[in-house]
Amino acid sequence: MHKRVGLAAATVLLAALALSGCSSGSTSMASDLPRPERDPGVDMSRLSGELNVFTWTEYLPQSVITEFEQLYGVRVNYDTYSSNEEMHAKLKAGASGYDIIIPEIYMVKVLQREGLLEQIDHANVPNLKNIDSRFRGLEHDPNNDYSVPYVWGTTGIVVNKEKIDPDQIKSWDDLWNPEFAGKLVVPDDAREMVGIALRTMGYGLNTTDPEALEAAKEKLKALKPNVKAFNSDSPKDLLLGGEVWGGVVWSGEAALVMRESDEFEWIIPPEGVTIWIDHVAIPKDAPHKYTAEVFINFLLDPLVSARISAAYPYGNPNKAAEPYISAEDLANKAINPPAEWLEKAESLDDLGDEMNQIYDKIWTEVKG
Amino acid sequence: MRGRRNWLGAYAALVFGFLYLPVFILVVLSFNSSRTSAIWKGFTLDWYVRLLHNRLLWEAVQNSLIIATATAVIATTLGTAAALALHRRQVRGRLWVEGLLYLPLVLPDIVLGVGALVLFTALGIQLGLGTMLAAHVGTSISYVVLVLRARLSDMDERLEEAARDLGATPWQTIRHVTLPLLAPGILAAVLLSFTLSLDDFILSFFTAGPGSTTLPLRVYGMMKTGLTPEVNALSTVMLLVTAVATTLFQRLTQNRIF
Amino acid sequence: MTRRSGWAALAPTVLWLLALVAAPLVLMLAYSFAAHIAPDSPLPQGFTLEHYARLADPIYLRIFVRSILQAGLATFLCLLLGYPLAYYIARSPLQRRGRLLLLVIIPFWTNFLVRTYALMALLRAQGVINSILMAAKMIDEPLPLLYNEASVQVGLVYTLLPLLILPLYANLEKLDQRLLNAAQDLGASPFATFWNVTWPLSRPGVLVGCMMVFISAFGMYLVPDLMGGARSVMVGNLIQNQFLQARNWPFGAAVALVLAAVALVVALLVQRAGRLDGGEVQR
Repeated sequence: MHKRVGLAAATVLLAALALSGCSSGSTSMASDLPRPERDPGVDMSRLSGELNVFTWTEYLPQSVITEFEQLYGVRVNYDTYSSNEEMHAKLKAGASGYDIIIPEIYMVKVLQREGLLEQIDHANVPNLKNIDSRFRGLEHDPNNDYSVPYVWGTTGIVVNKEKIDPDQIKSWDDLWNPEFAGKLVVPDDAREMVGIALRTMGYGLNTTDPEALEAAKEKLKALKPNVKAFNSDSPKDLLLGGEVWGGVVWSGEAALVMRESDEFEWIIPPEGVTIWIDHVAIPKDAPHKYTAEVFINFLLDPLVSARISAAYPYGNPNKAAEPYISAEDLANKAINPPAEWLEKAESLDDLGDEMNQIYDKIWTEVKG
Repeated sequence: MRGRRNWLGAYAALVFGFLYLPVFILVVLSFNSSRTSAIWKGFTLDWYVRLLHNRLLWEAVQNSLIIATATAVIATTLGTAAALALHRRQVRGRLWVEGLLYLPLVLPDIVLGVGALVLFTALGIQLGLGTMLAAHVGTSISYVVLVLRARLSDMDERLEEAARDLGATPWQTIRHVTLPLLAPGILAAVLLSFTLSLDDFILSFFTAGPGSTTLPLRVYGMMKTGLTPEVNALSTVMLLVTAVATTLFQRLTQNRIF
Repeated sequence: MTRRSGWAALAPTVLWLLALVAAPLVLMLAYSFAAHIAPDSPLPQGFTLEHYARLADPIYLRIFVRSILQAGLATFLCLLLGYPLAYYIARSPLQRRGRLLLLVIIPFWTNFLVRTYALMALLRAQGVINSILMAAKMIDEPLPLLYNEASVQVGLVYTLLPLLILPLYANLEKLDQRLLNAAQDLGASPFATFWNVTWPLSRPGVLVGCMMVFISAFGMYLVPDLMGGARSVMVGNLIQNQFLQARNWPFGAAVALVLAAVALVVALLVQRAGRLDGGEVQR
């Protein structure tokens, strides 16, 4: 049942990509982009003085925040987390005070299940129409009542061509090559890494079979000697700094690396890949709900959306932003992988609290 | 004897070198015009300028200063009173009080931090500047009491006795004799609790809410988003402030605490 | 001052400590025995020993052991590095002592993140050491000076060294020079003097210093994470993880309390061995 859901999401994205690769895009850089204007539909009197944003470390550029502050006179407080779980934990501790969070689909489901999300008033988010139709009507939230697509991406492999021959990486299993001892960086993320191990053994990303998980754990332990560091926040530093020769990273990080240096290449092995779509959401009892909705609308403005993509090059589900995204970025395989690479893409699914504990224990044992 | 002292001196120099080399490099790199490499590419004040414009950073500094000042004032006031009460007086349940005061000194930061998180969550109190302040004061008082009791035990008790013999009430004795004599110690305690609060990371990490990010938390965030020379510049500034505060502290305690 | 007014002065402090140190510990105790937490209220319910039993699992025992060993090694290295320095400062002429001590305290009061960051700037693949060596063509590839066990120790020692030097100095400073002179007059070699006079007399300072370093290192996880590439799970990691990722507060509380217990036991042992009374514990 879970597997079908994952495949459904993947199919949607696959279709999206097959068609999106056709547009030409512009060659403009973020700095050339015209600045967005204040939306006349916003009721300035209802705006609060502050907005509390809680998101991933490299996800929302300072320039976008500043622009929002200047246009609407709202002070934005910006806190970060390094994983969906961390964000969930803070929210669950109760009355967190945050207005904006950016969970992945599976986390949206969890938060929904636990009643931790506010309903988004569409009247305040007219820019929702900018989202590509292939990212609307998704199974977890068909009407976008609780979540709005933000960016999407994959978790793939990036290598320094000078140090690792890309042809050497034909399968996820190749990461285990003893030649790479101490030369890789991987995310500090249990679900992603266990998922990769499961994939090499032919299991699905959301397997709950204890034997499969046990095997995956042993396999990950075998990978550890190749891992120089576990880093979910900024692996690009290790890659660009020459600390590691390659690794498993989020697609946006890889794109950033590839922008700074021609030495890097992005690889998605044919066995499959994890694909994810992050959504913007408003936690329950958020103190500044109207402002949060205005903010979401702001993020969906094509110019703002393009600026976000320029700073953090993940896949952009905003159709209206496409003309403002550079041709270079559209051609970047990390941002827009060829459709055939995503044939076997899977999404993470919520496995429930008990499974999460088991995954946590596995990860503790692997790293411990 | 001279020979051994020279060896020791050389050794001391090496250890000091170890302690200061990384810091020195950081200071130098903060003026380096190269973004990533450690090779000197030219002098620049760019990173300091960018620091000045980093609004999130200034907010963090503001939060840090507010909390640190409040912590210093509250912790020192409470701690001074406690130290005086414990000093050479009969206190019922003294052992329990001493034990309580001892706890924050020996419990690892993370236990105190997680404990504070549990407390505020169970009571339904939202995390923010208030909770951070409460936690900071809770751990600072013990240090204040420590500093002051050392100072009190060094103090010549005959002065207090003389005051009493001359007819002063206990309160007058405290106001006109004890406290003035204690003044350097009190200032030292203020400095200590201020700096401890300013530097605190773990406790703040677990008790911070939205908009109450302090400087160390912001530095940590900056470190996670990737190494930029701005962090070097920021570190240099923090070092400078620490050096000044430390020198002041030393003058006030004349090394009798440490 | 009457007993009552003595208590009036103490009351606010005691109340604050009870609220923010004692109460949390009690609450954590409750959580550590909780059978489950209701989804809407965060309060612990029920009673079970399973969370403590879970600690007996080899995975977690290994984490404790590794943390203890790592902390122990760091303490030993700090002692090795720090004792001679503390001795040197204590035996220096009065005027210089102040300045030398200042040089020790400044790093001590500097934010540890800043100091760790400084170390990383030195040791990274593109850091100062590697850049110099590469530029001088002494090496082809950067040396892996960061993200390994050794660098974690370097980081720990770097952060905690002043914590050992300061109490040790306080102790050594009080050493009566006449005792040392007497030993020499009686014909003892410098080594014998040290071993039979200085070392035993400095034991209280050594014990306190080692205790502070050990307890700090035992609970520390940020420095190992930053310097070691997050390749290991320490007790601190485990606790933070349970509270902020796995959301298993009962288990997290159990681990935290065991950590607290170990710290308290170490402190008590040191107290007994050094025979210090609470009011004069030197930091």
